[in-house]
Amino acid sequence: MNTVASKPAAEAQPLAKARTGITGLDEVTLGGLPAGRPTLICGGPGCGKTLLATTFVVNGAVMFNEPGVFMSFEESGDDLIQNVASLGYRLDSLVAQKKIAIDFVRVERSEIEESGEYDLEGLFVRLDYAIKSVGAKRVVLDTLEVLFAGLGDTQILRAEIRRLFAWLKERKVSAIITAEQGAGALTRFGIEEYVSDCVLLLDNRVSNQVTTRRLRIVKYRGSAHGTNEYPFLIDAQGVSVLPVTSAGLAHSASDDVISTGIPGLNQMLGAGGFYRGTSILVTGTAGTGKTSLAAHFVEAACARGNRCLYFAFEESPAQIIRNMRSIGLDLQPRVDAGLLRFEAARPSLFGLEMHLARMYREIEEFAPAAVVLDPISALRGETGDVHSMLLRVIDLLKSRGITAFLTDLLSVEGMDKADAGMSSLMDTWLSLVQLESNGERNRGIYVLKSRGMNHSNQIREYQLTSQGVKLVDAYLGSGGVLTGSARIAQEMVDADSAIRRAQDNERRHRDIQRKRAALERQIAELRAELEAEEAEAQKVLQHDEEIEKRIQAERRAMAVQRGGPAS
Amino acid sequence: MNQLKNTAMEEPLLAGGHYNLRLYVAGQTPKSITALANLKNICEEHLVGRYQIEVIDLLEHPQLAAGDQILAVPTLVRRLPTPLKRIIGNLSNMERVLVGLDLRPVAAP
Repeated sequence: MNTVASKPAAEAQPLAKARTGITGLDEVTLGGLPAGRPTLICGGPGCGKTLLATTFVVNGAVMFNEPGVFMSFEESGDDLIQNVASLGYRLDSLVAQKKIAIDFVRVERSEIEESGEYDLEGLFVRLDYAIKSVGAKRVVLDTLEVLFAGLGDTQILRAEIRRLFAWLKERKVSAIITAEQGAGALTRFGIEEYVSDCVLLLDNRVSNQVTTRRLRIVKYRGSAHGTNEYPFLIDAQGVSVLPVTSAGLAHSASDDVISTGIPGLNQMLGAGGFYRGTSILVTGTAGTGKTSLAAHFVEAACARGNRCLYFAFEESPAQIIRNMRSIGLDLQPRVDAGLLRFEAARPSLFGLEMHLARMYREIEEFAPAAVVLDPISALRGETGDVHSMLLRVIDLLKSRGITAFLTDLLSVEGMDKADAGMSSLMDTWLSLVQLESNGERNRGIYVLKSRGMNHSNQIREYQLTSQGVKLVDAYLGSGGVLTGSARIAQEMVDADSAIRRAQDNERRHRDIQRKRAALERQIAELRAELEAEEAEAQKVLQHDEEIEKRIQAERRAMAVQRGGPAS
Repeated sequence: MNQLKNTAMEEPLLAGGHYNLRLYVAGQTPKSITALANLKNICEEHLVGRYQIEVIDLLEHPQLAAGDQILAVPTLVRRLPTPLKRIIGNLSNMERVLVGLDLRPVAAP
């Protein structure tokens, strides 16, 4: 809540507030409507004034133990009970439990004749009686202005209405007064003059044939409050206001890396996956497999035990589950386990704000770790509106650390206008392209950007197989990346030359071996020759020695014979 | 009750029939005192002997206010003859009271 008009005086003496129990409204008003004071809710017909007021009283009785009085000038008690029953409010049982008192004030001009002076003390008496009967802390006067149609003397009426507001303040009840919006003024009869504490303006705007309800706090004396127009929602769960504003850029950044669900893609991203809590955009033309990528991401998240919320704008959940089975992903068990929830709605069903509102509530309720929007291109509206809505979705998700996975369908013409100015909001942008060559189309994926990590610069071919999305090893030839049959052909050429090279090598190897064998044989021959010569030489030497010995022996013998000393 | 209603329905507007009137007030304010005085005058003048006035002080019986759809005070309610009629104010404008009670047709000039 940083878009809040804060008044320094508000801090000095905090104003007591009566919580409405309406999702979002208590946040926008920083705690609720002023306690013990009247609040004016104005707006055109059918914009939800009565419902908002009813919710205030019912929630007071059910959630905050503050009984209430509903004084209706338009609908009879039975009608009222029936009308709000469709939103799950059991007014009749609350009445029976004495937690709520309903009083229908019927004002029919044709039945009333005026003669002389009068005042509205009767109304005061009734209100007082009703307040006392249940000990009410909250009061709703649903459309007080009906009195102007029923009674002629507006001077008396104005004086009495002024008195009524003072009286309500004196009773210290938190009151809601509803009023029709008038031309150029907040209310048709200028009641806003008398209620100076808090004024809410409801609005029901149609643009492009889609209606969006909006709420704005016109003034809130003595309190800070959100100043924007906030979309609000009326559906089977009652009223909820969505204080979705462009929050500050204060979200924390996580270093956790989560898998993309596709091993090859993890490798392309330097960190090995996406950072948790970042936003991922996948763009591609029709049939490039954006949803398949999303399904992988979802499956990976569920496998980690994380909860995923899948907003499908173009396909029904059953259709997505069936289609993903064809690539070997069965998401049904994840749905059954409560890890995966699909929310499917046609984009044209409500306006952008309403979609935003719905998403906001679903995200609040389901508290997922990852959210998929498939595809954002289905959201209709002015480019600026779509952009601001997505900005708010992403802000919302980032502030909660939820990983956002968005797909965007590109028209075939190109991607100039396609991203709705989204690219700068995205942390990771994967682009799926159709590579056209040689009369065929092949799918290629590349990482256009991925903040905070080194990533591959390659265009990788991928295939949708029955075992899921498979990234094919890139062939990088002289002509760049080759895909499809060109890649296969090139691979065959490569294989051929490899075989030839291998054969060449083998032959060379054999040659060398042969040469080596020949050489070795020669060496052996030479060695044998040498050995033979050596043996010959030895023999001669031995013979010579023996001759020498014999000569010496003969000499000794001769000396002995001559009688000389032995030498 | 039924009998009274029937006679009231059959007889012409300006003719007799029993008048059951209720005056709702909130305390003894000047307005309520004036209203009661005015009412008595009118009845004595136009409905001698066939009217009945019941004064209800809402401060004493606040629970009765919702039943008769009382909003302004003083309110004069003509319970009989039917249909139910309501006249608010201190009844100072006698013409309007007579028209309101169907004692005089809407002024034709």
